[in-house]
Amino acid sequence: MATSSSSTGVDKLKNKLRALVVDDNRMIRLYMVSLLKKANVEAEVAEDGKAAVNCFLQGKTYDIILMDKDMPQMDGVQATRILREMGVKTKIVGVTSHSTEEEKREFLEAGLDDFFVKPLTSPQLIELLKDVGNK
Amino acid sequence: MEYSSLQRQVAYMKKRLFDQGYLDEQFYQLEELQDEANPNFVEEVVTLFFRDSSRLMANIEQALEKCPQDFHRLDSFMHQLKGSTSSIGALRVKNECTQFREYCDEGNLDGCQRSFQKVKREHAVLKQKLKAYFQLLRQIGPTERATPPGG
Repeated sequence: MATSSSSTGVDKLKNKLRALVVDDNRMIRLYMVSLLKKANVEAEVAEDGKAAVNCFLQGKTYDIILMDKDMPQMDGVQATRILREMGVKTKIVGVTSHSTEEEKREFLEAGLDDFFVKPLTSPQLIELLKDVGNK
Repeated sequence: MEYSSLQRQVAYMKKRLFDQGYLDEQFYQLEELQDEANPNFVEEVVTLFFRDSSRLMANIEQALEKCPQDFHRLDSFMHQLKGSTSSIGALRVKNECTQFREYCDEGNLDGCQRSFQKVKREHAVLKQKLKAYFQLLRQIGPTERATPPGG
């Protein structure tokens, strides 16, 4: 990601929120990253739950995680559970296509802070970020 | 004079795409992300969609020809396709993807095959329509803004 040597640039980067978009679908990742960029949020991507967990194992930190549910290797439910077991306190928002109530409950019980149906809209994202920005 | 006529044509074309159910509100979300820094964002995303989705559909076609069918694999491919279609607001294609997945759940091969033909048809029609739309849009330049129906 871009950095700046000027104090103004570094200060601006310090205040910028960082998001992790976890989704196995390239189109969805592209859309979400663009949505976040528009909201002045720095975004990284992970192709599945395992890659997301690895980000945290590498010591990376984020202000918000947008987590898809159905992914290969490791799904969003398992990834969320593992991240919470690791002590990750970051806001995790499930963003998934239509799920049954039981699937939604399972996902929430894994440790989600919130849940939205794909695709996330700009107003929904702004609401989510308000909470994160206020922490 | 000619410019405003082109603008009207573009607006009419877009309205038709929505009125006929080819696109839904998500397309407006894409347009909202287009700006001076990314003046061709929507067309780029749509181009990427058709490239990705064509590959997925080739995989589905191959999987449908296998015997015995792996409905789980078919459903997985279609789940991917549906996710992509929803990201650009390709409503008709998305609806056919949903139907296909229902047939997968039932283990209904015949249903899957019929449904997949519809997916291909809607995909091809949308591709043609959006190609024409973007060709016209390029003629008027990056001034067209998102306007949801009804205001």
